[in-house]
Amino acid sequence: MAIRSSGTVTRRVSLRKREALAGYMFIAPAVVGFVVFVAGPIVASLVFSLTEFRLIVPPRWTGLANYGTLVRDPLFWQSLNVTIRYALAALPLGLVCSLALAVLMNQKVRGIAFWRTVYYLPAVISGVAVAVLWTWILNPEFGLLNVLLRYVGVKGPHWLGNTRTALPSLVLIGLWGVGGNMVIYLAGLQGIPTELYEAAEIDGAGSTSRFTHITLPMLSPIIFFNLVMGLIGVFQFFTEPFVMTRGGPENSTLTYMLYLYRNAFSYFRMGYASALAWVFFVMVFLLTLAVFRSSPLWVYYEARGGR
Amino acid sequence: MSGRLLRSGGVLAKERLWLRSRRTRARMVHTVVYTLIVLGAVVVFFPFYWQVSTSLKAPADVFRWPPLWIPIPPHPENYLEVASVVPLGLYVRNSLIISSLVIAGALLSCSLAAYGFARLRFPGREAIFLVLISPMILPWAVYMVPQFVLFQKLGWYNSYYPLIVPAFFGSPFHIFLLRQFLLGIPLELEDAARIDGAGFLGTYARIILPLAKPALATVAIFTFMGAWNDFFGPLVYVSDQRLFTLPLGLAFFQGSPRSTIQIHLLMATSVIIAIPCILVYFFAQRLFIQGIVFTGLKG
Repeated sequence: MAIRSSGTVTRRVSLRKREALAGYMFIAPAVVGFVVFVAGPIVASLVFSLTEFRLIVPPRWTGLANYGTLVRDPLFWQSLNVTIRYALAALPLGLVCSLALAVLMNQKVRGIAFWRTVYYLPAVISGVAVAVLWTWILNPEFGLLNVLLRYVGVKGPHWLGNTRTALPSLVLIGLWGVGGNMVIYLAGLQGIPTELYEAAEIDGAGSTSRFTHITLPMLSPIIFFNLVMGLIGVFQFFTEPFVMTRGGPENSTLTYMLYLYRNAFSYFRMGYASALAWVFFVMVFLLTLAVFRSSPLWVYYEARGGR
Repeated sequence: MSGRLLRSGGVLAKERLWLRSRRTRARMVHTVVYTLIVLGAVVVFFPFYWQVSTSLKAPADVFRWPPLWIPIPPHPENYLEVASVVPLGLYVRNSLIISSLVIAGALLSCSLAAYGFARLRFPGREAIFLVLISPMILPWAVYMVPQFVLFQKLGWYNSYYPLIVPAFFGSPFHIFLLRQFLLGIPLELEDAARIDGAGFLGTYARIILPLAKPALATVAIFTFMGAWNDFFGPLVYVSDQRLFTLPLGLAFFQGSPRSTIQIHLLMATSVIIAIPCILVYFFAQRLFIQGIVFTGLKG
C-alpha cells in the first residue's frame, strides 16, 4: 500500500477516499436492509405499542393502555409461564445432552464418523416435518412411543392431549435435535491441546477432574455461544406448539410467540401485539445481558496472540 | 441391564486393579462407550425408521396391534397417491422458486458486504459491522409486526416478495461467516490484481468470489435449509393455497380432518420435505459442519 501510493499527498487522500466510498457502496445493501427491515421496524413497533391499531383503520394513540391491558391479561401471564417453564427445561437439558453426546462422539471407536452422522441427522430436518412426525409418534393409540410402552405392559398417556404431559413432550422433541449443538462442542473438544491432558495425567488428575479442570474451561466460550443462541431460540419457540397442539390443551403449550402470533395475525391487534413484542424484547435483552455480564466469572478465554 | 453391567464392572475393576493392565481396562471402557453410542443411535434413528415405514404401509396396517414393524409388502405407490390429495408438485415448485431466489439474494448481498467489511477501509467500519450483526442475538419477534405492516402497505401481502426481497439486503449471520472467512485469505492476490489496474468491483468479482467458494457454498447450504424449511414466513405472508410452500402445505394437511386417517400419506409428505435436506447434508457434509463450527468457535 505504502509503496504504491508513493505519489503526492493529495493522491493518497483521493485513493483513501475512493476506497472508503467503495466500502460504503459494498455494504450499502446490507445497511439499507438493516435500517428498513430491522431498525425501522423496531422503532415502529415501540410507537405501535402505544396505539390501538387494527391494520384496516389507522392507528389511534392510546398511550400506555396496551401495557395496562397486558398486565391484566391472564393469557399473557399464561404464555409467559409456559415459555419460562419450557426454557428452564429445554435449555439446560439441551446443553447437558449435547455436551455429553459430544464427549461420547470424541472417543476413538470404530466407525465414529457414521455414528456422528446418525446423531446429527435430526438436526438436518426441522420445523414442520419434525412436528408432523412427532405428532404421529406421540399418537395415544398407535404412535411409536405408546406402542413400545404397551409391549412392556404400560398404558401410555395421551401425550399431547394432557395438560401435564403436553409441554414435557415438546421438550423431549427438542432433545431429539441436540446433534446440532453437539457438532459445535465436538469441534471445540478436538481443538483442546492433548498436552494439557497429558500434563494433568502426570500430575495424577483423574478423569473427572480432567473434565472439570480442562475440558469444561476450554469449552466455556462455546458453552457461552450455545447458551446465548439457545436462549433466543427457546424463547421464540413456535412451530411445534403451533402445528402439534395449537397451544392446547387448556393453553398448557401456549408459548409467548404463539400468543404474539395470534394477536398479530389472527386477531390483527397490531398495537397490542407490538406491546407484547416489546415486553418480550426487554426480557430477552435483560437475560442475554445477564449472561454476557456473568461471562467473566465462568468463560475462559485463552490469551490470543497476534491480530 | 447396563446398570448391572457397569456395577459389576466397577467391582471387578477395584479387585483386580493392580493385576489388570491398563489396556484391558481401556478396552472395558471402550466397550461401555461403544454400547452407549450404538444404543443412543438406535433411539435417535428409530423415529426416522417409523416415519419411512409408516409411509410405506397400506392404510389398514397403520392402525394395528401388534404393529407392522416391517412394511411387507411395501406400498411405494403411497408417494404417488400424495399428489392426488395435496397439490404436491405445486408446493415443490413454489418451495424451489423461493429457495433459489433467496439463495441468490443471500450470496450476492452477503458477499458484497463481507468484502467491504473484510477488505476495504472506511471510517466507522467496525461500529457499523457490530450494529449490522446485532440481529443475530435479537429476537425477530420484536420487529415482525411492523415488517408485516410495511409489506402489507406495499401491497406485498399474499406474494413471495416479503420472503425473497429481504434476502437481497444481507443477513447478519452469513455476513459474519463470510467476513471471517475472507479475513483468513492472504492479501497478496488482491494487491496483485489492484496493481494490474482492477477496480474494487473487479477484484471482488475476479479474485474474492472464486477464493471464497467454500464459504459461499456453506452460505448457500444454510440458506437453502432455512428457506426450504421456513414455516413462519409463508404462514404469515401467504394465504392463497396456490402459493403454499411444502411446509405450509404439510401443516395444512396435518390440520385437516382427513390427516387422521391418512397418516401414511402425511408421513410420505414429510419424508418428501426431508429428502432434499438429507441429500444436501450427505453430499456437502464437510462444508456443512465447517460452517457450523466456524461460527460456533469464532463467534
